[in-house]
Amino acid sequence: MNGLLHQVFSGLATGGIYASLALALVMIYRATELVNFAQGEMAMFSTYLAWSMINAGLPYWPAFLLTIGVSFLAAAVIQLAIIRPLANAPILASVIVFIGLLLVFNSIAGWIFSYTIKTFPSPFPSEPLWANSYISTHEVGAIGVTLALLAILFAFFRWTELGLTMRAAAENPVSSRLVGIRVARMVALGWGLAAALGAVAGMMVAPIIFLDPNMMSGVLLYAFAAALLGGIDNPWGAVLGGFSLGIVENLLGAYLIGTELKMTVALAIIVLVLVVKPSGVFGRTVLTRV
Amino acid sequence: MTLLLEASDLRAFYGSAEVLHQLAFSVGEGTITALLGANGAGKTTTLRAICGLVRSSGEVRFAGTPIGGRATEDIVRLGIAHVPEGRGTFLSFTVEENLQLGAHVRRDKSQRRSDVDRLYGYFPILAERRRQQAGTLSGGEQQMLALSRALMSRPRLLLLDEPSLGLAPIVVQEIFRIMRRINAEEGMSILLVEQNVNLALGLSDHAYLLETGRLALSGPSKELRKHEAVRRSYLGY
Repeated sequence: MNGLLHQVFSGLATGGIYASLALALVMIYRATELVNFAQGEMAMFSTYLAWSMINAGLPYWPAFLLTIGVSFLAAAVIQLAIIRPLANAPILASVIVFIGLLLVFNSIAGWIFSYTIKTFPSPFPSEPLWANSYISTHEVGAIGVTLALLAILFAFFRWTELGLTMRAAAENPVSSRLVGIRVARMVALGWGLAAALGAVAGMMVAPIIFLDPNMMSGVLLYAFAAALLGGIDNPWGAVLGGFSLGIVENLLGAYLIGTELKMTVALAIIVLVLVVKPSGVFGRTVLTRV
Repeated sequence: MTLLLEASDLRAFYGSAEVLHQLAFSVGEGTITALLGANGAGKTTTLRAICGLVRSSGEVRFAGTPIGGRATEDIVRLGIAHVPEGRGTFLSFTVEENLQLGAHVRRDKSQRRSDVDRLYGYFPILAERRRQQAGTLSGGEQQMLALSRALMSRPRLLLLDEPSLGLAPIVVQEIFRIMRRINAEEGMSILLVEQNVNLALGLSDHAYLLETGRLALSGPSKELRKHEAVRRSYLGY
């Protein structure tokens, strides 16, 4: 029983990370109907950035915030400089550019920081909370950070003028332009927010899976599966999908198939969702009457 | 009468095909001008060309300022509100959020509340449905919402693309009656695209008739109504 609970809790922790990255994918998908395959590598690069700052002597939380800010800006610039010119290009051109970005970030990280695995500090104490044996303090902290982040994002999109404008630009770009919304800026802003989310996901997962240039490939795969499971354009679905996949992955890994086949689970889920219910389990429908 | 919108030698293109050929027309300040014509005559394209939603050449002036070649967002900010074909409603947003988005370009956010209430005065049904998702409104209510959303930006010129499309006659009458009121009470200039020639000629001061991307006829609406060709082809008597 203790073992089971332990697996569920640590599944929740990694699930939160999948949820964040899945939400980042969904945000960009809703605005552009494209999946940013480089989202994971961008998050990895952000994590290296945080690692460099911490190694240079900066305390954890300032480095954390600075990393989020830099990631936000860098992603907005990447969108404006590299992705935006492709707005009218065929979809495959964008896909190739995303894959190109993935390789560029991966190689630059390997070139600058080498491919050897590094440890990444956790901001949370190493002794378990209330001396329990189910969950480490870092896992509790990661879940807390994820939930706080999701709450902030929800409030931003739900209650602020800018959030409303960004949602409008994603839902109906032409109408948005006709009411004077600068849609291109909103998309760049969306990229920034997605990268900020990814950066947090990277910094939260790195103490668990360690830091190396390929650290996010598995996480991105799970995030992609989570986003699909929830319906690729549904933010709530992505979050729920992320948390549930984290748990499923851990339980299957511990009791059924072992850790070697964990990655296969993500791929199996992707195929299963696409074949059985392409709109996702929590597929959202907009009511329309004419 | 001063001209609010003037277009000359306006051409528009889909790909490399020219679909509007050297149009020249104008909208007087405070008037309702109608663009008439059959399906595919280029009425919608003309509105899209004014707003920079389609590639075009030639000269378009708004209140004296050349707007040809500018980005849609910038043209809208000068004071042109466009209710596009299909109404352009933000379907998953509430009625009130749609109105809020309509006021996006406004700086004086404090005036918004009173503007929303003023528009609810024109369309009381929208007030009842203010928290409802716009996609659940009936066609007529959506058209009212689209008009209101456009008016929220306090434009000087309103471009309306087929406000009667797909609506029951009684709803169309109601909407046209309110358009007339908005024009009379607020001095709003309107450029109206309509397939229902009879209705449009009844509402407008001046009208242009398009045929396959060319200007075929123009004149005061009262005179066009009596015109032999218009009567036969569009009014059916």
